[in-house]
Amino acid sequence: MKIDRRCFLSLGVGAAAGTVLSPLPWKITDDLSIWSQMWPWTPWPAQGENTFTNSVSTLCTDGCGITVRKVGGRAVKIEGMAGYPGNEGGICNLCAAGLQLHYGPTRVREPMMRVGSRGEGQWRTVSWEQALGEVSRQLAGARKAGTPEAVGAIVDQPYGSVPALFRRFLTAFGSPNFMYTPTMADAYAAVLRLTHGTDSLVGFDLEHADYILSFGSGIIDGWGSPVRMFRAHSQWKTDGATVKQVEPRLSNTAAQSSQWIPVNPGSEGALALGLAHIIIKESLYDYDFVNNYASGFEQFRDLVLAQFSPGNVSRLTGVDQSTIVSVAREFARAHRPLAICGRGQGRTTGELGYFLAVHALNALMGTINRPGGVWALPVPDYIQWPEPPLDDVARGGMAKERLDGAGSAFPVARSLPHRLAAAIREQKPYGLQVLMVSGANPLYTLPGQTDLQQTLGQVPFIVSFATHMDETAAYADLVLPAPSHLERYEDVASTAGYPRPLIGLARPVVPREGDTRHPGDVLIQLAAALGGSLQEAFPWPDYDTCLQETLADRWEAMLADGYWANDRFQPDNWDAAFATASGRFEFFPDAVKDGALFQPLEPEGDAAQFPLVLIPYDTARISNGPVASPPFLIKTVADYVLKGKEMFVEINPESADALGLREGSAARLTTPRGSATVRVHLSHGIMPGLVGAPRGLGHTAYDDYLAGKGVNVNALVGAISDPASGLDAAWGIRASLAKA
Amino acid sequence: MKIEGEQGKSKKYGMVIDLDKCTGCGACMVACMAENNVPFKQDESDKRLSITWMRVYQLTNGKAFPDADICYLPRPCQHCEGMHEGHSPCVSVCPATATDYDAQTGIVSQIYTRCFGCRYCMAACPYHARHFNWWDPVWPEGMEKYLNPDVSVRMRGIVEKCGFCFSRYQKAMEKAHYEGRRELEELEYQTACTQACPAGAIVFGDLNNPQHRVHQLAQPDPRRRGRPGNPKAFRLLEELQTYPKVYYLSSREWVHKAGHKAELIKEAGAHH
Repeated sequence: MKIDRRCFLSLGVGAAAGTVLSPLPWKITDDLSIWSQMWPWTPWPAQGENTFTNSVSTLCTDGCGITVRKVGGRAVKIEGMAGYPGNEGGICNLCAAGLQLHYGPTRVREPMMRVGSRGEGQWRTVSWEQALGEVSRQLAGARKAGTPEAVGAIVDQPYGSVPALFRRFLTAFGSPNFMYTPTMADAYAAVLRLTHGTDSLVGFDLEHADYILSFGSGIIDGWGSPVRMFRAHSQWKTDGATVKQVEPRLSNTAAQSSQWIPVNPGSEGALALGLAHIIIKESLYDYDFVNNYASGFEQFRDLVLAQFSPGNVSRLTGVDQSTIVSVAREFARAHRPLAICGRGQGRTTGELGYFLAVHALNALMGTINRPGGVWALPVPDYIQWPEPPLDDVARGGMAKERLDGAGSAFPVARSLPHRLAAAIREQKPYGLQVLMVSGANPLYTLPGQTDLQQTLGQVPFIVSFATHMDETAAYADLVLPAPSHLERYEDVASTAGYPRPLIGLARPVVPREGDTRHPGDVLIQLAAALGGSLQEAFPWPDYDTCLQETLADRWEAMLADGYWANDRFQPDNWDAAFATASGRFEFFPDAVKDGALFQPLEPEGDAAQFPLVLIPYDTARISNGPVASPPFLIKTVADYVLKGKEMFVEINPESADALGLREGSAARLTTPRGSATVRVHLSHGIMPGLVGAPRGLGHTAYDDYLAGKGVNVNALVGAISDPASGLDAAWGIRASLAKA
Repeated sequence: MKIEGEQGKSKKYGMVIDLDKCTGCGACMVACMAENNVPFKQDESDKRLSITWMRVYQLTNGKAFPDADICYLPRPCQHCEGMHEGHSPCVSVCPATATDYDAQTGIVSQIYTRCFGCRYCMAACPYHARHFNWWDPVWPEGMEKYLNPDVSVRMRGIVEKCGFCFSRYQKAMEKAHYEGRRELEELEYQTACTQACPAGAIVFGDLNNPQHRVHQLAQPDPRRRGRPGNPKAFRLLEELQTYPKVYYLSSREWVHKAGHKAELIKEAGAHH
């Protein structure tokens, strides 16, 4: 058969039509997509038996109750634990991403000794025997020299058995220098010491308040116990409660509040006193409380009436007089008003005057220790160990003044690590020979951190008890690997405002990775190595036994429920609540003196050289404490906060115009403490003249998912010791911003 | 169309998100990524390339200080019903039936092994709810241990999106069948974001079931293709007639307006 042109074409068309109509192309495409997806490097997660273990995650501020889903031996998901007090099944984003930290590549898996210069990252792996031998050699040296006080420790928070073991170790060793990272809980504790005369924790009965006046507290930005706050916030929305947010920047809390009251940064306390002025002048306060349970009211009244008139306060705060008057009246007439403070997430301590002023508002309304009010809770007292025996060396060391001045220069303070750098630098009252760090990351979190790094270089021996290679561990001489939060027992005392005593129990959920040891075990082993009275002070064979004996009858219940809570707790009645000299609530404690404490604190820096003011802000999407943000968290950060490795600062378009800056412009941010290149994000949600910068970025340690992104604001803001409490009072710093 | 079958009565799973309660914390995003083996890269700040099945957008009212206001809007896949049931924008353009509308549940599925990466669906989706894998996912050494075996790990060259945690539905149904039931209780099947939301802002359930909270909150009108009866509720870009099954609640008028404005998503798309 001859194939002519027509035949050829029709065969061609026929073949094409046949192919299209046949399943062949579709089958081939489908198969191609299947074949091209079967790559051996794509992980194929193994199946296994599904089990669920309850624990408490120690990553966030107050601990989230968690349920960990495991498949076979692997932990695959962390969820909120149903029924955990406060959280009730909810979980914060940091704890939800906890597996990325647990299984992450920056975990420390074996003891490591520094080889190169400090912070260079050159390490030699050593055995635990060598590591502990080195620490005990250094410690024994300090005792032999008769200077046990030259050994210090920084932990994350004051309560719980692990901090208690560190404190005990130092005491028996002979050093008063037990430090932790103070938070707003410390500022509140100082206020309660002065006004109530008691050693207490602050609690807030938020769920029963119906008018919440927040002086900068990031209620839904991570303040207090984050999940509990989110839940309370949602309940307020359902119940129609009023929330007024006083702060210079439109935070998420301000945006969701009934009214955002922008205020000059640092003048929040002055506004509280301006409200007190109206409440007193118009006799809107609680007569019963003020007349029968308080003292110093006359002095307080005279000061407030004289100095904090709406006119004066309006000048200080930038809030107009009519708002001051109306908010004061609304607050006073609310059924259950509650005033709270502690800026942002409450990780900074702030001025004592600011905390005293806000607390005074609650006192005026008689809401202290009442439903919907502020409560004074007993400090966790479940650790009842006998006093450790002290030998002569230890007694000598314990008689020395603390390096940070807490308890001596500043009687109401318990820990002032921001003052440590100066003490080390000036060797006053003495030098520091050995620094132990556990659970804290002072080289990242402390203000004026570049300064601190130089200073810490003078400490001959730094040992870090670390789960991850954080900034402090990277700068240490010896890193002792600790089990992760999913691999160890630990008691977690709630200290972030939950109005009932609550202890959570973290427990091993998965088998330990690497050759880690619990910091509690390491201390027990070090005490045994040092012998004598130190060994006597640590009679336990290991940490787990110590914890079990410490929790005593609570242990079984905590194993079963995951926590222990005193649900029946009620705060003291007014006639039993105050242990001041007068036995009453003290409106005007001696520390206030002439009232200078109540004047807004000026930020550091010269206004002519630095025309703007830098205020760090907290966001729930970035972890800014000692625990670093895992990749999932950084992934949730918006591209107007972080782009590539560059961080954005927020400024008002009005300020930007004056500086010739536009959205996304690169700029040089300079403060008296340092300088950094940033990008500019224009926001109508920040007062003109301010520069807002997120906390939690600018890590130098960890992996490429976090390191080198943005700027560590802590480095740009210096500390200012509060004249009365000694706590770091700085809320920001003067700054300049110039086109880069 | 009601189908009685092995899976019981036909459902219309949907979500109601209360924007007055949403704190913008991002816990839903994290829970979603953890549940669904969503990959991550060293730099996730180019949001056009960042795979986020659930993404929380920030909306602003555009006013100057001090009248500025912001609102957060979590955006999962909207599981559009389309002009007639199953005619979702993405389903109608998929040449490989890799994405399909399940009449039993109302869930828009994504079948990774069928997808060959033409990305028509991404172009069709007005919500930017779909993401393309430009690279093979890489987990840092050790992190692959936390991967969830119920959700397949995706690879380069395919599109992925939120499936209302379909693996959780399958598990719940398996359990129900094992126990001789064909119907699920409301709380037996919940998405990971709903479960995680610390503010309780996300509610999930069957929009067809008057007993379920989603039905009570949204009050969908079946004669008007599920338009919300609750004046506080709205759906994103209602005017496009995609008929999504995700409803938003807000007491702020400007938020409602923003949700109806095509510019909203265009603007967000610039970030996307």
